[in-house]
Amino acid sequence: MKLVVGHLYPEYLNIYADRGNIAVLERRSAWRGIELDYRTIGLGEAVRPGEHDLYYVGGGQDREQALIAPDLAAKGPALTEAVEAGAAFLAVCGGYQLLGHFYRDRSGAELPGIGLLPHHTVAGERRMIGDVLLECELDAGVPRTLAGFENHAGRTYLDDGAQPLGRVVSGFGNNGKDRFEGCRVAGAVGTYLHGPLLPRNPWLADWLIARALARRLGEPPELDPLGDDLEAAAKAVSAERARSRGGRF
Amino acid sequence: MSATNGKTTTAAMVAEIVGDRVKLAHNRAGANLVSGVASALLASNGADLGLFEVDEGAFPDISGRIRPQAVCLGNLFRDQLDRYGELEHIAERWRTAVSDLDPAAWTVVNADDPLLADIARGRTEALRFGIDDPSVARERLPHAADSKYCRTCGAPYDYAAAYVGHLGDYRCPRCHEARPPLDVAARAIEFSGLESSSFDLVTPEGTRRVSVPLPGLYNVYNALAAASLSLVLGAGLDDVEAGLARFRAAFGRFERIRAGDRTVLLLLVKNPAGANEVVRTLVDAGAPGRLLVALNDEIADGRDVSWIWDVDFEPLVGSLQELVVSGSRAQELALRFKYGGLDPEKITLQPDLADALSYGVEGTPLGGELVVLPTYTAMLALRHIAAEQGLVRPYWEEAVA
Repeated sequence: MKLVVGHLYPEYLNIYADRGNIAVLERRSAWRGIELDYRTIGLGEAVRPGEHDLYYVGGGQDREQALIAPDLAAKGPALTEAVEAGAAFLAVCGGYQLLGHFYRDRSGAELPGIGLLPHHTVAGERRMIGDVLLECELDAGVPRTLAGFENHAGRTYLDDGAQPLGRVVSGFGNNGKDRFEGCRVAGAVGTYLHGPLLPRNPWLADWLIARALARRLGEPPELDPLGDDLEAAAKAVSAERARSRGGRF
Repeated sequence: MSATNGKTTTAAMVAEIVGDRVKLAHNRAGANLVSGVASALLASNGADLGLFEVDEGAFPDISGRIRPQAVCLGNLFRDQLDRYGELEHIAERWRTAVSDLDPAAWTVVNADDPLLADIARGRTEALRFGIDDPSVARERLPHAADSKYCRTCGAPYDYAAAYVGHLGDYRCPRCHEARPPLDVAARAIEFSGLESSSFDLVTPEGTRRVSVPLPGLYNVYNALAAASLSLVLGAGLDDVEAGLARFRAAFGRFERIRAGDRTVLLLLVKNPAGANEVVRTLVDAGAPGRLLVALNDEIADGRDVSWIWDVDFEPLVGSLQELVVSGSRAQELALRFKYGGLDPEKITLQPDLADALSYGVEGTPLGGELVVLPTYTAMLALRHIAAEQGLVRPYWEEAVA
């Protein structure tokens, strides 16, 4: 079995150890005999819907995000088409913001997003920094949690009726007010959580791998379980941090 | 003296070079915020010269208050984003601080860092240092290098030589902005295992072969910065050569502690750029079979531990027979190595630092050395534990000695 991953702008958007997320996708695929074909997608390189099963985009500094934003806008329709056709997508922090409708900075200037996720972001005054714990239910009837770290000045607001990634147990989340965190449309997930997110939350890595394979298999396969004791121990510490000190300026 | 990495070591080298001839007010224990500088001044009645390492975030404020006759800027790497914010924001604050300096004040900068070369552009009293030895360059920029896009036009720089992180001999292929000519350079660099480094120090006053008893290219940069700042302060090449030769590592930065018939080698790690150089230095000298790595997440370490995923630990994995992980985020370190390719069977989880140190030392053969990579507060705690066992003097005693 094969899985093609397209990592958007790794040279520019890599500020929160995004390669940790890629390493988890690669290893957990390999341990199950799934061949993961990792490809980068840079400035000026076209996205052809159907070529990739799973996309990844991370966050960058303001300067780097401004450098890639026009290029991402040009790729927007193809990425949206790919997700509609069943591709999975994980977008973290700045990448998450750019997948929404727009990002409005402190001066009021708007950086257009690609509208793949139904939200918009407005820059706020104080950065929201700290550990986060979420409750999620990506598959109906299967409640799970995510533990990560957030560091963002942008306040993200979901469109009416849009589905968040999860509800905030501890931490700020999208905007520090409505207790939503992240956004999800079909196999596409956007979130502020880094840490990186996937090593200590391997269930989400497996969910993304299964969703990506579903594009080829018709439905998400049942993946072989792996020994995740270390992952669970790391998540427990992260979740405890969120409970004791998350969501505070 | 400010930098993301090496400010304590560089300032201590300068103290060694110039300290014989002038009485210094120097915050050598590393208290590098406004309060630490004030305390050092209060404690140094009658000093001739203030020598302060200052925190990157505190540099503009301190520089504005003490109006230095020289500033030395060593490097800017991404570090503790939860505490310092983005690199660009620090750089902008540094730029303002440098432009607010007294026009007669010296700006000593690492010209191999495009950000710093840019900050010093146009200053007349400037001294630019860098490495000029492609034989020690890396094949390519490391993962997640910072400042690799042209300051002027945004195109990726071409590197004739990349030395440490994004530090190197760069040139923009589009607008031709490039590393400025070096006033002080290191050439013909040679390493002697983990023991020492030597190089030709090329200066306007002549060339001198110097040696410093520290390993690694990052310490060549520290020695270059110290030599350059000392020259600006009026030291001669004899002082520089002698001072570097008798230098002893600042606490926790390549510090050997005797533990009975074994030794413990402490190598502070605190951000990807610094940790990558520690890893490279260890691998070049023969990677160890056992290693203790300790990760804390206090404010001084950074509460966000994601940076360990940007460190290239992989070159150590092949030769590791056992990895002991410790500190308040030991579990995250274990994951970092597991997903870096280390068999989880080889990972020993010992979150308590005292337990980890005892376990690590006991498992080290007699006459052998345990290599320890701690983050800042883990390093302080390990030294405290070692001091309680009578192995090492507390650094505050050394600081006033």
